Amino acid sequence: MSTSPVAVRGPDRNPRAGVVVGPIGLAWRPRLIAVTVVALAAALVLLVVSIGVGSVALTPVDVVRALTGGGTDLQRLIVLQLRLPRALTGALVGLVLGIAGALTQTFTRNPLATPDVIGVTSGASAGAVAAIVLGGGTYSVSTLLLGGGIPVAATLGALIAAALVYGLGWRGGVESYRLILVGIGVGSVLTAITSYLLVRAQISEAQQATVWLVGSLSGASWPSLWPLLAVASVAVPLSIATSTALGLSQLGDETAVGVGLSIQRHRLTVIALAVVLTAAAVAAAGPVGFVAFVVPQVALRVAATSRPPIVLSGLVGTALVLAADLAGRTVFPGEVPVGLVTTVVGAPYLIWLLVRHRKELVS
Amino acid sequence: MTTTTLPALEARGLRLAYDGRTVFAGLDLRIEPGSVTTLVGANGSGKSTLLKALGRILKPSAGEVLLEGEPIARLATKEVARRLALLPQSPSAPPGMSVRDLVLRGRNPHQTWARPWSPDDAAVVDRALEATGLTDVADRDVAALSGGQRQRVWIALVVAQEAATLLLDEPTTFLDLTHQLDVLRLVRRINRESGSTVVMVLHDLSLAARYSDRLVVLHGGGVVADGPPAEVITPATLELAFGLRARVIPDPVTGTPLVVPEDD
Ligand SMILES: Nc1ncnc2c1ncn2[C@@H]1O[C@H](COP(=O)(O)OP(=O)(O)OP(=O)(O)O)[C@@H](O)[C@H]1O
Ligand SMILES: [Mg+2]
Repeated sequence: MSTSPVAVRGPDRNPRAGVVVGPIGLAWRPRLIAVTVVALAAALVLLVVSIGVGSVALTPVDVVRALTGGGTDLQRLIVLQLRLPRALTGALVGLVLGIAGALTQTFTRNPLATPDVIGVTSGASAGAVAAIVLGGGTYSVSTLLLGGGIPVAATLGALIAAALVYGLGWRGGVESYRLILVGIGVGSVLTAITSYLLVRAQISEAQQATVWLVGSLSGASWPSLWPLLAVASVAVPLSIATSTALGLSQLGDETAVGVGLSIQRHRLTVIALAVVLTAAAVAAAGPVGFVAFVVPQVALRVAATSRPPIVLSGLVGTALVLAADLAGRTVFPGEVPVGLVTTVVGAPYLIWLLVRHRKELVS
Repeated sequence: MTTTTLPALEARGLRLAYDGRTVFAGLDLRIEPGSVTTLVGANGSGKSTLLKALGRILKPSAGEVLLEGEPIARLATKEVARRLALLPQSPSAPPGMSVRDLVLRGRNPHQTWARPWSPDDAAVVDRALEATGLTDVADRDVAALSGGQRQRVWIALVVAQEAATLLLDEPTTFLDLTHQLDVLRLVRRINRESGSTVVMVLHDLSLAARYSDRLVVLHGGGVVADGPPAEVITPATLELAFGLRARVIPDPVTGTPLVVPEDD
């Protein structure tokens, strides 16, 4: 029998083999497991390297020693108080954005439908900027975050954006580009609102908010990390738990219901998770562009699966954000915000996708 | 005919509408267990609409559907999926999904959250692939198959679901005559061997007559003829439901009605 060039043969595409342990039974997917382990290792290495880089350079051994309670007092201070919050924020932002993108791309069956492309990130930013400008008078991350201001406002903004996009754009069906077009429109309106808020703001607030709006880890601290950590520890396991349902939703609504998926509940779960994950990332680091959009597609390709695997997308997101932050701090003179680096990487991919799908867009 | 058995599916006073546009105003239908029923009618006569309502995809604006006597709307969707499988009119698979991977998803109603795979499931999938003649292409990308092979993949998914009632919307569209016959023979074999109830939609009236116990002709928002193929397929019904002038002769092979359109 001749094989077509599209038919990649491999063990992952053959869930005939599996593993059964007590009540747990899983198809054996060695390639997925292998690339996930590699991604995890890469993320950990980047985390350690990222903590080591700075005005006082530390070797990876110093970093690990300080993390585990050893090393000098100064090393522990630098690692635990100054650099760990930033590195962990970057790691978690990448994790939750990668997962949010994987959720929405699978559920809409459209690689363009990610929080950053369809306006949910803009909603979160508008909410956060409103909290900064209208709420505080001065932009003080720590006090606002401690009061829950920015995370709550970002979540509200993301929810409003998601509700608008879903309400106005869904009717054309999941594969329709209507959702994308409405999302881009909603995103533009929300970005305009953000700009208006910035124009009205005091010059110093506006300046700081602008840096934050590019997506930056420079303001990360333990207080700004806690809300993100709390959201991630609940929403990430829940996202992993939607895996089976996501696999069914890939077959289209009617078939998915046919094999027993409660599509309504699934839709609400996925939207809620994507909104909460996106808002948490935006509240902690600003809108780090294109991570949710690019990362799941990378994960899908390296794993050779039919949809972006959730865990792998999260780990690739972590690696990408940490690497982008590292590049922003070391490759260029001065400090380039992480969001700028990810945008430079991600924007060309968006343009390529749009050009490739031009036909569907105009029809 | 008196039956004491519960109908496999029953529609009672079904009113089906899209955004206020009514397709059926009040439809009653009983599907006997173990029978093969085919819905026929012109394009847009509401065959898919009715099938969707029977499969709880479309919510009726009035009336109800009973699955083995129980209101389908009140059963958990996974419970329904164990008893009823459905094949939509034009399903589509995402790129990169293998045949076996897709068919495995048909096992979902029998799986628990922690166990999306078991050796049993793998065995059922193997049998479904064999029954549909797909064993050789099991590891290929669904998107890389021919239209006819792809159609059989979706049928394999429904077979793997092991439900007592199957709803199939145009399972033979896009197939050449040989493969149409393959699919219909497979449907009949499943019906005979496991006593499954089948409700399907077909456009070829002669094949529908050959492979069905009962035909239901839909037209103008209702049922215009209903019964054994030999009674239903008449020149008068064809004229009414399809606006078709045709003769009906006995099929020389099976004796079932064969539709021969008049010359223009
Ligand atoms: N999603 C929908 N929204 C609005 N109207 C619909 C929708 N689906 C079907 N209809 C309308 O309902 C009527 C019945 O359509 P249905 O799809 O049930 O026909 P059908 O008999 O299956 O036709 P075909 O042979 O072409 O598949 C048609 O007039 C159609 O335009
Ligand atoms: Mg139809």
